[in-house]
Amino acid sequence: MKILIIEDEKEMRRNMRETLEKEQFLVETAETYKEAVNRTGVYNYDLILLDIGLPDGNGLKLFEHLKKNGYTDSLIIVSAKDSLDDRINGLNLGADDYLPKPFHMAELNARVKAVLRRNKLDGAQVLEIGNLKINPERHLVHIEDQELELNRKEFDVLFYLCTNKNRLVSKSALAEHVWGDYIDQADNFDFIYSQIKNLRKKLAEAGATIEIKAVYGIGYKLVIL
Amino acid sequence: MKLLNYTTGHLAVILIFLLGIWAVIFYFEILDEIYDSMDDGLDNQKILILRKARQDPFLLQKSEFEDGNYIITPTTANISKTYKDSYRDTLMYMENESEYEPVRLLESVFRQDGNYYKIKVVTSMVEEDDLRKELFISLLYLYAGLILTILLLNRYFQKRTWKPFYKVVKNLENFNIVKDSNIEKEETNIEEFKLLNKQIGRLLDKTVQSYRSQKEFIENASHELQTPLAVSINKLELMAENNDLPEKAMEELAVVLSSLERLTRLNRSLLLLSRIENRQFDKSEEINWNNLIKQFLIEFKDLSNFKNLQIEFEEEEEISNKSNKDLAGLLISNLLRNAILHSPAESRIVIRVKSREIQFENPGNKSLDPTTIFQRFTGSNKKSSTGLGLAISKTIAEALEIQLSYEFRQDKHLFRVKF
Repeated sequence: MKILIIEDEKEMRRNMRETLEKEQFLVETAETYKEAVNRTGVYNYDLILLDIGLPDGNGLKLFEHLKKNGYTDSLIIVSAKDSLDDRINGLNLGADDYLPKPFHMAELNARVKAVLRRNKLDGAQVLEIGNLKINPERHLVHIEDQELELNRKEFDVLFYLCTNKNRLVSKSALAEHVWGDYIDQADNFDFIYSQIKNLRKKLAEAGATIEIKAVYGIGYKLVIL
Repeated sequence: MKLLNYTTGHLAVILIFLLGIWAVIFYFEILDEIYDSMDDGLDNQKILILRKARQDPFLLQKSEFEDGNYIITPTTANISKTYKDSYRDTLMYMENESEYEPVRLLESVFRQDGNYYKIKVVTSMVEEDDLRKELFISLLYLYAGLILTILLLNRYFQKRTWKPFYKVVKNLENFNIVKDSNIEKEETNIEEFKLLNKQIGRLLDKTVQSYRSQKEFIENASHELQTPLAVSINKLELMAENNDLPEKAMEELAVVLSSLERLTRLNRSLLLLSRIENRQFDKSEEINWNNLIKQFLIEFKDLSNFKNLQIEFEEEEEISNKSNKDLAGLLISNLLRNAILHSPAESRIVIRVKSREIQFENPGNKSLDPTTIFQRFTGSNKKSSTGLGLAISKTIAEALEIQLSYEFRQDKHLFRVKF
């Protein structure tokens, strides 16, 4: 899968590139409106990550340009201007998702994969990890053909960690993704720990060959045993 | 002190002196004039008496005043030669008043039939103490009349003249920097008030402008912080992920990350706050607040279960109105989260929907300061909290034109949303 990152901030670009390359994506980058127009004119991409705050032209205009020139693949808008107008304009134009800065690398990864799964694989993909089979559409988890009973949030936690397997998922990234903006206070991290503990117990009892490891004070990492 | 009273007070003092000086001058002028005309009268009488005496020499024998106002006594030629007419004041016994009263006296000499005579003519004179008394009383009346007139005129003119002034003051009082851009001013022909209106207008323009640019500054600054924050957090996440750091360094990294995340939350809250303040929100969506609360109770179920909190939702009434869904949701979730965070474990939270009011009640040991609780960075002393949650709630309530208030009763914090 080929991804184009259009982002003017150099370090931001590097971070995003590194993260996505770790997931075996083919990543190219563009720094300016002009460069983006040139690149998209020549190559095809499965997904474009577009920063709408480009210095030499509004990112939304670039998006319009892309659509006019027949770009039909996935596009995620990235913006430091987390404003409702941008979000609505972008989604109205047909962006697949909207990612406000600052975001966690795990979140970027999850969003990219979710959009690609939806658009490229019609959402029908069953994720196999260790001896688990996860169906994201139907929220079902099977371990060796035995269904693992999980509530909605437990499923979300597990799926998010699986999407980011072998990667560090910080506690706040997990909290924001699963519980939304409502639980963003640091003193709720004990709460996340307790949710993880429940999930671990269920996985262990069902004989899953994956493990959720704690990474110091930062977060968790799902590894295949 | 009102300007009216102030000027009248000063006028009253000045008038006392002015009228006093005027009275003294007037008194002496009048007195001088009276003497002058009295002396003329005496002179005239003397001439009439002398003419009469020439026809009736018997008159020359009148040596007592009695019923007349003159006496004639013989004198010598020597005295007569050097004698000059003299007018002077003297006292004479008045039968009608049974006391000595001042009189004006003319002494003169004349010659008739070779003999010299001295004549004294008197006329009753104005009583100076009476004159002074009359003058004083008249002055008092004049003084009182003047002050009263000034007061009445001032009052009358003040109503008309000062109207633009009072209007501008009243409008300033009602001026709200969040909503208004300037105040309405009364048209006036008076130069001073024109100047006042103009300068107030300018001042307000400047104030509103700097208020707005300050708000925009907060919003822009928050925007600008997003990218460097994202870069820093992501770099650290990648660094931690690469697994090549010693444990000690990872621990430090965790601390830095959590500080940066706190900064991110703070920045997001500030951005949210200024965005709510700076924008107009569409309020045309029908919101059922009961359903909204139910929805958030589900969202927060994990968290409240974790703290073993018992949340009771008492629906006495159903509230729905036209509002903004995003803001309404933020308000409810903020208040609910606030109640959950600040309740001790295993306690009881009550959410009550009354006819025009939603109440959030949670246990606490002592009252928070109701005057500062909704201000920025004053609500919570928890290190992890942004201190902006309640400030955001208040701002949302203002944007939605509903009231949010806090009180403490029977060991319970009570937040009330009134519609």
